[in-house]
Amino acid sequence: MKFKLFLFAAPALALYGGFFLLPAVQGLRYATTDWDGYSATFDDVGLSNLTAVVSNDDLFRNALTNNLKFLLVVVLGQTALALLLAVLLAVPTKGSRFLRGLFFLPTVLSSVSVAFIWKFVYDPNFGLINTVLDTVGLGSWKSAFLGNEGTAIFWVAVAQIWFHAGQMMIIYIAGINQIPPELYEAATTDGAGRWQQFRHVTWPMVAPATTLVIAYTTLQSFKAFDLILGLAGNPPRSGLDVLATRIYTTFANSQLGYAAAESIVFMAAIALVTYLQNRAARMAHA
Amino acid sequence: MSRRLILAIYTLLITVPILVIVAGSFRTTRDLFAAPFGLPTDPTTANYATVLGEQDLLRVLGNSVLVVSVSVPATLLLGSLTAFAVARLPKWPSTLLFGVFALGLAVPAQAIMIPQYVQFERLGLRNSLTGLILVDVVVTLPVAVFILAGFMRTLPPELYEAAEIDGAGPWATFRRIAVPVSYPSLAATAIFLLVMHWNDLLYPLLFIDDPAKRTLPLALLDFQGEYLTDYPLLFTGVVVASLPMILAYAFLQRHFVAGITAGAVKG
Repeated sequence: MKFKLFLFAAPALALYGGFFLLPAVQGLRYATTDWDGYSATFDDVGLSNLTAVVSNDDLFRNALTNNLKFLLVVVLGQTALALLLAVLLAVPTKGSRFLRGLFFLPTVLSSVSVAFIWKFVYDPNFGLINTVLDTVGLGSWKSAFLGNEGTAIFWVAVAQIWFHAGQMMIIYIAGINQIPPELYEAATTDGAGRWQQFRHVTWPMVAPATTLVIAYTTLQSFKAFDLILGLAGNPPRSGLDVLATRIYTTFANSQLGYAAAESIVFMAAIALVTYLQNRAARMAHA
Repeated sequence: MSRRLILAIYTLLITVPILVIVAGSFRTTRDLFAAPFGLPTDPTTANYATVLGEQDLLRVLGNSVLVVSVSVPATLLLGSLTAFAVARLPKWPSTLLFGVFALGLAVPAQAIMIPQYVQFERLGLRNSLTGLILVDVVVTLPVAVFILAGFMRTLPPELYEAAEIDGAGPWATFRRIAVPVSYPSLAATAIFLLVMHWNDLLYPLLFIDDPAKRTLPLALLDFQGEYLTDYPLLFTGVVVASLPMILAYAFLQRHFVAGITAGAVKG
């Protein structure tokens, strides 16, 4: 009789099945066609879209490269910053509670808002960074930041870290607060300094939090779309194009079948990165 | 570097851009460019008049409010009913049900948005707020089920069994036991959904062509096209779009943190 409980899940299952699982399967079908999204007819092109995406598409490869650059900078920078802030704010005092709240604040803003804030920070003529550089006499360091095709993606990574570091900080604080205080007491008795305490107590004890932070940051930065569209405009120039924006651009150019094939490769890339990360985490914990 | 110095620097990194944006929304372009860090020399509310008036932002704001006020409760209701089933079903059907939704966690929106676009177009649900609400509910259901089931599964079975012995059916058990004890987890999920749905850009970009049906992030993005370097106007848009969330955050800080980190801990 317990199966009556399935009725509770029925409405959710119907919507999720109809509007999520079904389109996911249809996507596989579209990927084997040259459909533009409008025409009544289209041809079956088999796996040629997929092979073209994988072997012979410079735009796609450029977007993937940008994705990986972005991922690397965000994962390393954000994890290190979140851990640093968490270590400094883990002990609850009145001031630390306020700062935690402040550092978390950007997370509740929309990506488009964050993009506009950083567009102004980076503005080559009137932007905050160049103004500061001018004021302190470092005018020669002024830069167009987002104007340089080779490095623009790194500046977007900085904006992404500003956006989400506070969220990851909270996960680290939860991890640090679970460390038994006796471990620190023992370390102090053994004469360990602050750095040694971090190195031998905090860092190993927050390994599960690190795994989680890296996994989530990876997923979040791989899917980054709104922030890039807001900072770069639509469609983004090649230096700022990532897989999510590339798929959107292909789709907007009425190459629906091809965009569906790109989506499949995008998913496979995410699955591969997640898998490699899980393996690395397991090896590190072993 | 000392603790205080690092914290002071990061505090500046967070607050300075935000304060410049807020101050800038009350300035003219010329005033802003003359001294980006300054306060308004001659404060003006003209940007707000432009944004709220010409740009129809009140209607856009209304659309956003409408979307979240339907989509968040709907996702919460569907998600908690499903989570209850996951918590109460015998082992293998429970695993199966949970697994089907867990599958959705691994699929990024960009991977299914194209077939969804085609499907919603065929059903006449594109370019409508109903369609937008529907797709918001669908894509966040897996996360809602994940968080809520994670909570309801940890509750002791005796809690439910006691009610059932007293003759309560599953519906009564859900309403009188599961929902009240899950309150913290429901609140956290609600906040997570609120932030997700309020800030979503991808689906409005894909689904909405009619300017009258835009939501805030989409209207904000359109702004950029119209006022390419009119920063004070862009800043005003940012303030209007963010203020409701920031106010809510100020009052419900604990729930926001719990909600967004619960969303992060979805695995």
